[in-house]
Amino acid sequence: MDMTYAGAEPKVARRKRSAIARYAAPYLFISPWILGFLFFTLGPLVFSLTMSFYDWPVVGVRSFVGLDNYRSMLFEDPQFWESLWITVKFAAIYVPFNIVMSFLLALMLHHITFASGFFRTAFYLPSVISGVALVTIWSWIYSKEYGLLNFMLSFVGIKGPNWLGDPNLAIVAIIIASLWGLGGTMLILLTGLKAIPKELYEAATVSGVPGWAQTLFITLPMLGPMLLFTFITSIISAFQQLTIALLLTKGGPLGSTYFFAMYIYDNAFKYFDMGYAAAGSWVMFIIVLLLSIAVMRWSAAWVYYEGEVRQNDGEHNA
Amino acid sequence: MRKTVLYSALILLSALFIAPFYWTFMTAIKSTAELYQFPPVFWPSEWHWENFAAAWNKQPFGTYLANSVIVVVLSTIGQLISSSLVAYGFARFRFPGRDPLFILLLATMMIPWDVKMIPLYMEFNLLGWINTLKPLIVPAYFADAFFVFLLRQYIMTVPMEIDEAARMDGANAFDIYWRIHLPLMMPALVLVGTFHFMNAWNDYLGPLIFLNDQSKYTLTLGLSMFKGLHEVDVTSIAAITVILCLPPLALFFVAQRYIMDGAVSSSVKG
Repeated sequence: MDMTYAGAEPKVARRKRSAIARYAAPYLFISPWILGFLFFTLGPLVFSLTMSFYDWPVVGVRSFVGLDNYRSMLFEDPQFWESLWITVKFAAIYVPFNIVMSFLLALMLHHITFASGFFRTAFYLPSVISGVALVTIWSWIYSKEYGLLNFMLSFVGIKGPNWLGDPNLAIVAIIIASLWGLGGTMLILLTGLKAIPKELYEAATVSGVPGWAQTLFITLPMLGPMLLFTFITSIISAFQQLTIALLLTKGGPLGSTYFFAMYIYDNAFKYFDMGYAAAGSWVMFIIVLLLSIAVMRWSAAWVYYEGEVRQNDGEHNA
Repeated sequence: MRKTVLYSALILLSALFIAPFYWTFMTAIKSTAELYQFPPVFWPSEWHWENFAAAWNKQPFGTYLANSVIVVVLSTIGQLISSSLVAYGFARFRFPGRDPLFILLLATMMIPWDVKMIPLYMEFNLLGWINTLKPLIVPAYFADAFFVFLLRQYIMTVPMEIDEAARMDGANAFDIYWRIHLPLMMPALVLVGTFHFMNAWNDYLGPLIFLNDQSKYTLTLGLSMFKGLHEVDVTSIAAITVILCLPPLALFFVAQRYIMDGAVSSSVKG
């Protein structure tokens, strides 16, 4: 196997180069990532897994407790289940809405030409800002007396509720605020739509296939890989939901928006129980991993990869 | 007819996406009297531009801004250099372990930040980096999986013959990276730089966990603390929010062409 630079090169030059340079070059180029992986990913992962088997306060004596953290979390800590349930509820609503709405918006944008750039920008704009600014903006929209939302509702004769003060509505408020940032997902799907060959639709139209059936049997399958990608990234981000809840509702009212990520955060940086928090973060990791694998398995039924064999493009054998 | 319905729907929906920005700006510039009027004032009778300066001087926002700028500039430089080097390594060489390493790189994108947050805090604590800007800057010098993937896809579209021609002329691997691929990658680098800028500028959890002193706060952290202290000072909070939104919005409009063009597709297509 030739381990040199992938391109063809003159024999003389090849012989001249020292063996070290020859083997080392590619590793030198990727070394920033390798070091980063060791110090900022693998190291922390091993460290947190170790911590999860310890009673590990920030200061003071740490002691090995085996699976105790996991056991007491699963069987003695009602907050674990409550926060997990809130997160699952959030994900179960946010993820489908995020994808379906992004898809519909992308579909609409795909069917217009005039001012399409303007609308695309409008939908993407909220994704450019995020976190703190997004939360401050939405905290006024939801304000009970002076909020924009309740003012709008008053037009249609609805007396606006106290969005952030009602345990049933606060999570809805967070979902809406999160959906405001769907621009990234929409953009990915829009790019996917543009990549579908026009001939497919032309052929279908000639054969008399109606528009809705074309969407169902051409667009959706062709968009499969991108839908899968957005599906998985949406799930991961839904489970990590922290900033908006931390700043908009602080987990309340009555713990109704106390997400799983906030539960981990509090255990670590409020109660300084690092081992317990690390165990919680591993539970989250495992859940996210299992969900992603399940989605990928399930997707095999509906994702169609065009030209499955496109390995190693852009490179030759020497 | 169908177009009319489509455009009406789009106008209505886009209004929903833009309205919050408009509302925030108007809140910042209104007089206090008009702030609490009902029905709300959509077009203020007087524009109080001085609200911005007044808000800015209520806390050391100048210091926060300086910290944000340091973090964003230094980490963006690191991200562009490291990710492009790694992308070039993966795109243009064959070496033992390349494919498994690349799959590993992709897999790291699936790790929730929460898992790394606690050990990273301990690690930076051990290094004495807590309450400094280093935890927000240094990791950017070690490449980001998503950006590596994006840049690698981009390099792969460049014909191999170009590399070979340069090699014939005696260029070494680094010359080819520096003098051929880096310039060719420019659109993708703009995209990576923009995305990283926005992430770093908007980051809240990183500064929240790694910084303690007010003198080290970034703008996002400063605003959230300010909001906690002066919940009723709506005008000032709105003014700072507007200021916080301006740089990413400005950058977005400058780099829009690169963001909207095919770069996104190259990032998703395997």
